[in-house]
Amino acid sequence: MSEESKPIGGEFLTTPFKVLAGFTLFAAVLVLIRYVMGIGAVSNLSDGYPWGIWIAYDVVAGTAIACGGYSMAILVYVLNKGEYHPLIRPALLASVFGYTLAAISIFIDIGRYWQGYNMFLPWYANVNSVMLEVAVCIALYVMVLWIEFAPVFFEGVQKYKSSLPAILTRWDVSGLQKIWSKFLFFFIAVGILLPTMHQSSLGSLMLIAGKKLSPLWQTGFLPLLFLISAIMMGYAIVIFESLFSAVGLKRPKETPMLGKLAGIMPWLIGVYLVVRVLDLIVRGALGHAFAFNVQSLMFWIENALFVYPLVLLMSPENRMKARPLFLSALSILLAGLVYRFNAFLVGFDPGNGWHYFPSFGEIMITMGIISFEILAYLYIVKKFPVLPKAEHA
Amino acid sequence: MEIKRRDFLKVATAGSLMLAANVHPSIAREPKDRIKDAVGMLYDSTVCVGCKACVSACKQYNETPTSSSSTDELWDNPLDNDSKTYNIIKLYKEGTGAVKDREKDGHAYVKRQCMHCVDPACVSACPVSALKKSPKDGVVSYDKNACIGCRYCQVACPYNIPKFEFEKAFPVIRKCQLCSHRLEKGEIPACCQFCPTGACIFGKVVDLLAEAKKRLAYKPGELRKYPVERLVGNQVTERVVTPYVQNVYGEKEGGGTQVLYLTGVPSEKLGLPALEETSDAKRSETIQHTIYKGMIAPILFLGGLVYVVHKNTKDHK
Repeated sequence: MSEESKPIGGEFLTTPFKVLAGFTLFAAVLVLIRYVMGIGAVSNLSDGYPWGIWIAYDVVAGTAIACGGYSMAILVYVLNKGEYHPLIRPALLASVFGYTLAAISIFIDIGRYWQGYNMFLPWYANVNSVMLEVAVCIALYVMVLWIEFAPVFFEGVQKYKSSLPAILTRWDVSGLQKIWSKFLFFFIAVGILLPTMHQSSLGSLMLIAGKKLSPLWQTGFLPLLFLISAIMMGYAIVIFESLFSAVGLKRPKETPMLGKLAGIMPWLIGVYLVVRVLDLIVRGALGHAFAFNVQSLMFWIENALFVYPLVLLMSPENRMKARPLFLSALSILLAGLVYRFNAFLVGFDPGNGWHYFPSFGEIMITMGIISFEILAYLYIVKKFPVLPKAEHA
Repeated sequence: MEIKRRDFLKVATAGSLMLAANVHPSIAREPKDRIKDAVGMLYDSTVCVGCKACVSACKQYNETPTSSSSTDELWDNPLDNDSKTYNIIKLYKEGTGAVKDREKDGHAYVKRQCMHCVDPACVSACPVSALKKSPKDGVVSYDKNACIGCRYCQVACPYNIPKFEFEKAFPVIRKCQLCSHRLEKGEIPACCQFCPTGACIFGKVVDLLAEAKKRLAYKPGELRKYPVERLVGNQVTERVVTPYVQNVYGEKEGGGTQVLYLTGVPSEKLGLPALEETSDAKRSETIQHTIYKGMIAPILFLGGLVYVVHKNTKDHK
């Protein structure tokens, strides 16, 4: 296992790094304002639209984009496709940051954050609440992700001592490493169960919104559609990330392996679209797609973004070329993102003339969170053995 | 390195159990029945004159601050329920607005506050039981010591009743709790006590429902007695009956509510949403509980996963 990955090295205080750090700091100032002056001071959230992009993007879409670790674990550890092993670590790293930042952003969004731990107190827990299931699962999964990622840290501090700050390399971790290798399989299993639970439940969250959510999205199949699309997005982010870092970090492309991986996509998209369309037809909701309003327009954009990669990736030749691979991965990510925005914001209408568009402050805080994710990712791949060794390409 | 068929099947079986449960909600949660001694209100829009005595009484007895919609902030004139306004009177007006309780060229009043649902979406949604329905009288109350401020109750409520203090660093959710602090002392909700016309009366929900149905049978033009403040009390007023829409809003809507409405114009015109008889809480809980019943499916799924992952990680070494 350990021969597969290597730190890529190089200076980390690059210009992109500094720009990202700037965004992060600006967001930190806005977050401070939010804590002193209230959520209304920086956001356009209202009693009609109590949830905005902090929930729809940072948590709901953000964790789905961070499903790379989950999707790859299904492939490698359940379906036993060991050849994809080199892709596990970068996927896992993106999941660690995606989920950790989502968990942190929940504490920006919830109003009475200092009582957040009430979720874990049995005498407060409401087992009928979908939110409880989502929150507990995400919290546990963040811990599991760090446990799963720890071996990379152990390997890094032992093998690449010289390039790391002294504080990280002070302790001997070989004992811990041994313990970890004994029990890791259990956490990998839990790490597959938890996202299966909460990625579907993220969809179930909107069931109780009833008629406030347009029939284009309100369905008992929300959990299933959210789960399939999250798995899809997990594979898409692995392909996207690999090709993007190949160009950005000037590394060889892993196209053959990614092409094989992309072979799963048409199946997943196909199943997803069959469920999606049949459900609309059976419920008699398809008419709403021709209402020629913002909701119907967004519905078509959402589904076009699913159909485009389906068509592209049906052809085996396309799967072996970097460009169509990249475009279809990007399209799947956007499709899942737009689906989630539609199900949480665009399709949500509380009536009474309420409307919502994110404020500058909301957008900048979300940008800051994304910036920090990328920034931390860059630092880790340069210092720790995460990305596959060049020979593997 | 190939997929071992049997192992895959083991995981897939448990996994598809979860999914199957997901797709076919077979263990439907029973609809909630009305609590026997539930209390509530009957608001008769045809009796209401729009004096807003109930609005100021609500503010006085719940100690909520004023809420101004004008720039000079000289008036307490909220446009809708907000974190400072648990109860409000709103106006419907169409065309010339000339005749009261007529849909065309008419106007009508509607009182809006928490409906104290039989099966409240907010109670089902709240992860930390900050919103609870009293098993005794059915009042839906809020506990700020439990609340984490996630605002899922706001997403869930079909009437958009829970309000949040977006302007505060340490916010709480605010909503009508049927003056539970007054009920404890044997008093009735302030809005009912200070309604001069009997448009809003307090009582046991079963009795209020019977009263509402009785009124639906009245002939327009008749002189009838209408109780004031509370259903069973000494005060009554006489008035000439005006036409009703033949529906008690809240008897069945959204699984039923403890605040019932009689109206002269269709309830939808007054902003009361047309809800199905099945509550959203029932739909949501049916699906969620089918998947997670006794945590059996997740535990089976995890068992399968642990077994297969253990085997496969050994293979990789």
